[in-house]
Amino acid sequence: MTWIWANLDVIWDRTLDHLLLSVPPIILSFLIALPIGWLARRFRLGRGFILISVGLLYAIPSLPLFVVLPAIVGTSGRDPLNLVIALTIYGVALMVRVVADGLASVDADVRLSATAVGFSGRVLFWQVQLPLAGPVLLAGLRVVAVSTVSLATVGAVIGVQSLGSLFTDGFQRGIEAEIVAGIVCTVLLALAFDGALVALGRLLMPWSRPARPSGSPARAAPGPEALDAAVLGVEAPK
Amino acid sequence: MIEFRSVSKQFPDGTLAVDDFSLVLPSHKTTVLVGSSGSGKTTLLRMINRMVDPTGGAIEIDGVDIAGLEPVKLRRSIGYVMQNSGLLPHRTVVDNVATVPLLRGVPKKQARTDALALLDTVGLERTLADRYPSQLSGGQQQRVGVARGLAVNPNILLMDEPFGAVDPIVRAELQQELIRLQRELGKTVVFVTHDVEEAFLLGDQVVILRQGGRIAQVGSPAEILANPADDFVASFVGADRGRRALHLESHGGRDILVDSDGRLAGVLTDGSRQSEAAPVPGSGAAAQGGDSR
Repeated sequence: MTWIWANLDVIWDRTLDHLLLSVPPIILSFLIALPIGWLARRFRLGRGFILISVGLLYAIPSLPLFVVLPAIVGTSGRDPLNLVIALTIYGVALMVRVVADGLASVDADVRLSATAVGFSGRVLFWQVQLPLAGPVLLAGLRVVAVSTVSLATVGAVIGVQSLGSLFTDGFQRGIEAEIVAGIVCTVLLALAFDGALVALGRLLMPWSRPARPSGSPARAAPGPEALDAAVLGVEAPK
Repeated sequence: MIEFRSVSKQFPDGTLAVDDFSLVLPSHKTTVLVGSSGSGKTTLLRMINRMVDPTGGAIEIDGVDIAGLEPVKLRRSIGYVMQNSGLLPHRTVVDNVATVPLLRGVPKKQARTDALALLDTVGLERTLADRYPSQLSGGQQQRVGVARGLAVNPNILLMDEPFGAVDPIVRAELQQELIRLQRELGKTVVFVTHDVEEAFLLGDQVVILRQGGRIAQVGSPAEILANPADDFVASFVGADRGRRALHLESHGGRDILVDSDGRLAGVLTDGSRQSEAAPVPGSGAAAQGGDSR
């Protein structure tokens, strides 16, 4: 415990490093997965190919990826950018299927009636399909966020400072408290991301959890159970 | 006026949904397309706003061939109400009603004011304006659907089995509400249903369809009931049996009407309406409404 009190500033710095490493991949993987998932949904012929090949990205072992990336991207071996790119690839691998499933979850009747009253293709996507896919997208994004925070610890192995550095340093120097601090902070950070996403969802999608009056034949929006359906098709993290 | 000229529709899988269909739908009147499933009634309806394009023939609205019109623009000028309301679940009631005016570029404030006024028109409390569709009952959702259909003040209102998914009591209410609205607004309504009672209650012109969009008979409810074109129509409207086949029996000096099941249908009166017909659930009201036109 004394180590923790004496090194609060180090823990805080590593937590900030970890935060800065995790946020870009989460946002980037969402933005990149959106058009790919849309394509997979839109063109039935390419769907299987896109979903399987993108899903397989998750099977790339992370250490060889860190070795190869600098050569491909032209970064130096210890550049944090390598880690951000790798985490983005894993995030995209998870998120593409979620986007495709989310768009598919939009009620066909709603799509039909929106078209019938005069939504054109582009407006239909941005104003109807994307917002209605929101609950499924959010569920997927929560998995990506937690998985990214946990995977970012491997940065320590290639010399990128993160909460993972507390494990490696604590392990080498035999400081148990440092290892525990690294684990606990990683878990807390993951929970914070998850909580922030849930709060964002409540703010952006007030319609998805309506207080229903009794006896109303309301059809529920896809809720958390859609998470399982959306993510089950993806391999477990290594 | 909407005119179908030898319209056919063959789907890519080879199904002939509509075959050589010709019909004039007069302005400011309600035309009801009635038939069982596979009769092509919904396909016919969707051809009017180009949700479905015919593979043969032409459709004209007020003399203009709609094949030359931009589909999205055409749809924004025609009201559309469907079963299960088709409301956008992520928008509030008032935003749903204002949807199409906003798409057409009406200023937000104006669209909202108009939408609130439309809630009055369809008999909804303004307190519901900021609820989401899933917080309303089925009947309320359908009223919002009708309000949305009326939002751009269209000449034409397409209704695809709009009351098919609500319970009989609410359906009877909504039907009476539509009759009232139509009396006030005089839209050209095209209404699709599989329910002959509903067709006779609402239709100025009723079109009875066979399989493949072929017309079995067109006419006012009274004409069809008085002179069914053939056995198919007679059996479809039930003119030969049950509640529609009435005979007189004398009882205690008065004539009473009895249907073919032996059920007492009512008494004969001099025909003058006592008062505005109250919305009575069930087919009794429907038959009465059909006859009184």
